[in-house]
Amino acid sequence: MLTKRIIPCLDIKDGRTVKGVNFKNLRDAGDPVELAEKYANEKADELVFLDISATEQKRKTLYKLVLDVAASLDIPFTVGGGIKSIKDVSLLLKNGADKVSINSSAVYRPELINEVSTHYGSQCLVVAIDAKKINNKWKVHLVGGKVSTDIDLFKWAKEVESRGAGEILFTSMDNDGTKNGFANDAIAKLSNQLNIPIIASGGAGTEEHFKETFTVGKADAALAASVFHFGKISIPSLKNKLKRQNIAVRI
Amino acid sequence: MVAIVDYNAGNTRSLQFALDRLGVNSSLTSNIEEIQSAEKIIFPGQGAALNAMQNLKKKGLDKIIPNLKQPVLGICLGMQLLCRSTEEGNIDCLDIISTDVKKISNKVKVPHMGWNNISNLKSQLFNNVIDNEFMYLVHSFYVPIIPETIAESNYNGFFSVAIQKNNFYGVQFHPEKSSKPGIKILENFLTI
Repeated sequence: MLTKRIIPCLDIKDGRTVKGVNFKNLRDAGDPVELAEKYANEKADELVFLDISATEQKRKTLYKLVLDVAASLDIPFTVGGGIKSIKDVSLLLKNGADKVSINSSAVYRPELINEVSTHYGSQCLVVAIDAKKINNKWKVHLVGGKVSTDIDLFKWAKEVESRGAGEILFTSMDNDGTKNGFANDAIAKLSNQLNIPIIASGGAGTEEHFKETFTVGKADAALAASVFHFGKISIPSLKNKLKRQNIAVRI
Repeated sequence: MVAIVDYNAGNTRSLQFALDRLGVNSSLTSNIEEIQSAEKIIFPGQGAALNAMQNLKKKGLDKIIPNLKQPVLGICLGMQLLCRSTEEGNIDCLDIISTDVKKISNKVKVPHMGWNNISNLKSQLFNNVIDNEFMYLVHSFYVPIIPETIAESNYNGFFSVAIQKNNFYGVQFHPEKSSKPGIKILENFLTI
């Protein structure tokens, strides 16, 4: 039976992990490779690395990092942040990324989705969508949520699917950082309307929230950052709890 | 030496790294002599079947691969190309294993993506791998259950997650991305 995926997200700046990481037994909490291995050993199903480097120059450290991660990691990983062209995608895949995640650049130029899926296959393309409810309508936001648009979340998601995305990573900006649970209404609507996997993101605070997004939200995978990084939720404990509640997970 | 068949079919970096970690010498190559003289051959694949078959033909590899005598392991699309034909673009494949690759029904999400368990394991490829072990898969087409099936998985029904005919092995999952049990399967292949 296909299992629900648990995906820790690591923010990367200038080749280092950012956000306070509160782990014992790590020699270097800022080392993305060491952190990635730790999560892999705990049976995280995939990892996402989100590059938030400010300058193109600093961004080059990302390619080296991807190569180092690929050399040591034996589970799939996705790289996102600042990807603008098929050339960026090609470099990341060549260095060993399994998937890339594109966000704003797909809205600015939707053909990028077609180009990547035709060249490299849908399996390696995650389209990330950040959205927020405005006057009770879900609207797509860009550039890490800083720029609002009038684009409807569900229409955009449908277009993303038809252009060849392999998965959608949906982040509810209303829920992100609240630790009050995922935006399960919107996630369930996406999951029902589309025929590609949906990764839920934004709002994870407790183990119960993961259960809810898999059941009520019908998510195929759930992504979180700080609850894992600060040790509030441990992946083995989360997966055991999900399993006891009859949710298929890889233990 | 292990030859990884190079025909521009997706990312082979992880596979090379996995072999490195096992301490195995590998070479990514489309050189016919190098492939023919390798002890083991890995036939990877990702992306579109039509492109892949065209690339194989351009390099003359479509005639070479079916005649190889050493162990060959097709991974993902590489496994599907060992079959007779595929519904992906409705094209003929290498016809080493006489079965046709089908599209996964739209009743379920496509691609089938993530970790699924494999069972009914019937090959030395799975030595020291437990029944129902999880493997990482991502695919939109599948090989049905056939006499050559050596492992199965269930997604909207059972399908072949591994097949074997003589020296040709195929796995739908990515052993190089399936944590320690996946690496064990790669290691088992290398000792055949």
